[in-house]
Amino acid sequence: MADDIKKMIIDYVKKEYLDEDSDQQVTEDTKLISSGIVDSFSMVSLKMFLEKKFQIKIPDEKATPEAFDSVNSIINLLKELTPL
Amino acid sequence: MSNIGSYEIRVKDFDWKMSEEELGYGKNGKYNVGYFCSDRICEIGNGKKVALLWEGFAGDVKQYTFDDLRVLSNSFAAMLRGLGLTLGDRICVFMDRIPELYISFLGILKMGGIVQPLFSAFGEDALKMRLEDATTRAILTTRKHLGKVRRIRSMLPDLEWVIVVDAGERSLERGEVAYSMEKAPKEEKIEIAEVGPETPSVLHYTSGTTGRPKGALHVHSAIIAQSITTKWVLDTRPDDLYWCTADPGWVTGTSYGIIGPWANGISQAVLDSGFSAQKWYAFIAKHKVTVWYSAPTAIRLLMKEGLDPVHRHDLSSLRHLASVGEPLNAEAVLWSEKAFGKPFYDTYWQTETGSIVISNYPGMRIKPGSMGKPFPGITAAVLNPKTFEPMPAIGTVGLIGLKPGWPSMFRMYWNNRETYNKKFHNGWYICGDRSSIDSEGYFWFVGRDDDVINTAGHLVGPFEIESALLEHPSVAESAAVGKPDPINMEVVKAFIALKPGFAKSDDLTMEIMNYIRKKLSPLAMPQEIEFVDSLPKTRSGKIMRRLLRAKEWGEEIGDISTLEND
Repeated sequence: MADDIKKMIIDYVKKEYLDEDSDQQVTEDTKLISSGIVDSFSMVSLKMFLEKKFQIKIPDEKATPEAFDSVNSIINLLKELTPL
Repeated sequence: MSNIGSYEIRVKDFDWKMSEEELGYGKNGKYNVGYFCSDRICEIGNGKKVALLWEGFAGDVKQYTFDDLRVLSNSFAAMLRGLGLTLGDRICVFMDRIPELYISFLGILKMGGIVQPLFSAFGEDALKMRLEDATTRAILTTRKHLGKVRRIRSMLPDLEWVIVVDAGERSLERGEVAYSMEKAPKEEKIEIAEVGPETPSVLHYTSGTTGRPKGALHVHSAIIAQSITTKWVLDTRPDDLYWCTADPGWVTGTSYGIIGPWANGISQAVLDSGFSAQKWYAFIAKHKVTVWYSAPTAIRLLMKEGLDPVHRHDLSSLRHLASVGEPLNAEAVLWSEKAFGKPFYDTYWQTETGSIVISNYPGMRIKPGSMGKPFPGITAAVLNPKTFEPMPAIGTVGLIGLKPGWPSMFRMYWNNRETYNKKFHNGWYICGDRSSIDSEGYFWFVGRDDDVINTAGHLVGPFEIESALLEHPSVAESAAVGKPDPINMEVVKAFIALKPGFAKSDDLTMEIMNYIRKKLSPLAMPQEIEFVDSLPKTRSGKIMRRLLRAKEWGEEIGDISTLEND
């Protein structure tokens, strides 16, 4: 189950935030914010995607660059907010 | 004692020649910014001094001395000349904050090209528009951004060369060149292009309310203003490690992230990483940054994280802090004093001014929330918006006007003399911002005088967003306005009327947001979309953007009859 969720988030990141010609690999540990794949403005659309997929509301104070910095840290955040 | 000393005495005695003499500008016929930022520093005996201390997001560190800058920028210049590029050619740098970006910038200037820096997060439409307008002949980029360039290349007949600085073994297409800064032959000596003080140097694009983005053209002598403002406003000293957090895709990142500090022989630190309070503090502590030039949005993000992360790091190396991009709110100044034991000094300027024009200065009393006072040598006033005469009354809000003639003032908008001329009235350059002046001569920012959106210190033109929105199959009409945001001051909000057959939904909202992000940039992406049945219009059919904006800001809409007749 957790693997399915990881894959779903990785696929979304690749589709939406990487150039279609990019040869960059994304794994559950890849730095998303600090590497510049997702910037602070684009976090809004990623947050919206997660909220819609998991039918939750991520409070603004929880939507920090650290919490969104990898698929693993996103999973940890989701675990806090919803029973995965 | 700060470099500026007494502000009042400096204002009284000021002459731009002071800066020219300090730089030796024009001595032996030398005017090229590339020379002044590298060769000259070596000639005065600082070749072995660190010029660039760079750290990547994964923590890898590289260092370059001024002599490295000199030789590596020579090599870039030689390579560009070898491709047939010459004086006056527009050459774009489109990269993340890697060392090649900073060093190729100097290389382009040394061979006489006009550097066109563009923010690497720009999508292909935003990129195409700017390259097309400048009839750019070459672009330097990395594999990460090559796909965007390739997809628009066939529409850019003037773009002859795409230089990929990290191509490695990757196969390239026709007109693409692999160039490795580290592996290329080192050019110890080249003929630096003979330019004059008025020769064009840098072309920065900025946004207006209407029309396409405009290219503000600067000249080599801008360094006279950039150099002295770095020294007096940012108070840099020979043993400093200076960190400007701005991206060189924007003017702060070149005027004060390349030219100003290096003209003064100052060591610069660069962190090529997305924002993270932990990472930023760790960077300052690890490298012992002394002067920090950042932006209100970043400061407010740091405030959001609280004081705990501040206390977990030794930030005692910090000596002077400054901010630019949008007005720095009083709370941020006060928080900074609590967090770092010193305030952020707010500075005001814009792409067109090329250097700081109004500021708070070390040693001068700060009034938290104020823009400060005009830089010595700059005549600034608050003007009546109808007559363009200076306002007589203290505290009256009007337009900020500057008397033309300072060295770093833009010389024109590329291919757009008409818009350039409209920026001048009654002998004043009109900044497009509103402010007032208090009884002690401090300026107080009020807001923009047009519909341009200032988000995180970057200007975004509503017209560019609306044009891109109209290309989405579901959008019948749209309006983009700035809405208040506690961190970014403003963010983009789009009002959209859908075409028949489309219904509003979260999926459509996300799709449109991502569509704009990819076409234009993350800054231009609406952070909120409101679907409406129709948009308010004037009798001539123009969308009343100001009315929508006023609603977002909770302002009085007042009598709209004049707007309706607009």
